[in-house]
Amino acid sequence: MDELPIRTGDDVVRVRQQVRVVAAKTGLSLVDQTKVVTAASELARNALVHGGGGLARVEVVTSALGKSGVRIGFTDEGPGIADVDLALTDGWSSGVGLGLGLSGARRLVDEFELTSKPGTGTSVVVVKWSR
Amino acid sequence: MDRVPILKIGTTLFVSIQIDLQDESVVRLQEDLADELAATGARGVIIDITAVEIVDSFIGRMLAMIGSISRLFDAETVLVGMRPAVAITLTELGLSLRGVRTALNAEKGLELLNGRA
Repeated sequence: MDELPIRTGDDVVRVRQQVRVVAAKTGLSLVDQTKVVTAASELARNALVHGGGGLARVEVVTSALGKSGVRIGFTDEGPGIADVDLALTDGWSSGVGLGLGLSGARRLVDEFELTSKPGTGTSVVVVKWSR
Repeated sequence: MDRVPILKIGTTLFVSIQIDLQDESVVRLQEDLADELAATGARGVIIDITAVEIVDSFIGRMLAMIGSISRLFDAETVLVGMRPAVAITLTELGLSLRGVRTALNAEKGLELLNGRA
């Protein structure tokens, strides 16, 4: 498992590059690699901009049926999200951006789990399976 | 932070993005292009993204804004060379890039700007 800090814009690029390497190794198609790297880019930026920085964990996982996939966990210790359902709505934005980052990232992956409470930071775990 | 170079050929500004774009680089490109448009009076901008592996919502929004900014300088922006996987991902993400014209490659983009397409 690779742990990558997210403290600067360069770190966001490094997270993308690492997810690309692991997704390719896992056997994801080029389109699926592009989708998961794009989702990772959105979530890493969220951790940086809204969470004040955080950590990304990238690993290869295997499903019960023997499929392989890439799992990425993002954690930050920012202010957290008060209304998770609202934050996952297309077009909802905290003020910067189009409000497509979180909702768009969810559409690009196979599994998406967001845990957050005000004051305790945010954790997002996504998985993209090879087909 | 890496900067993206801008080339002026005739009345067209050419930008070929060859780096892994971080947010600051795209914002800088936007500012540099506005300065170049004001200084040169160029009528068109071609942005080549052949080498760009992902366009996320931030980068996409910045590219669309470059289109809007160019129009204020009476110039048109054409985005060329988008990879198929990027096009599929952008669409699923929900980004339509309204306001920016697209062409298959730089040659077709130039034809579009010259009114021959």
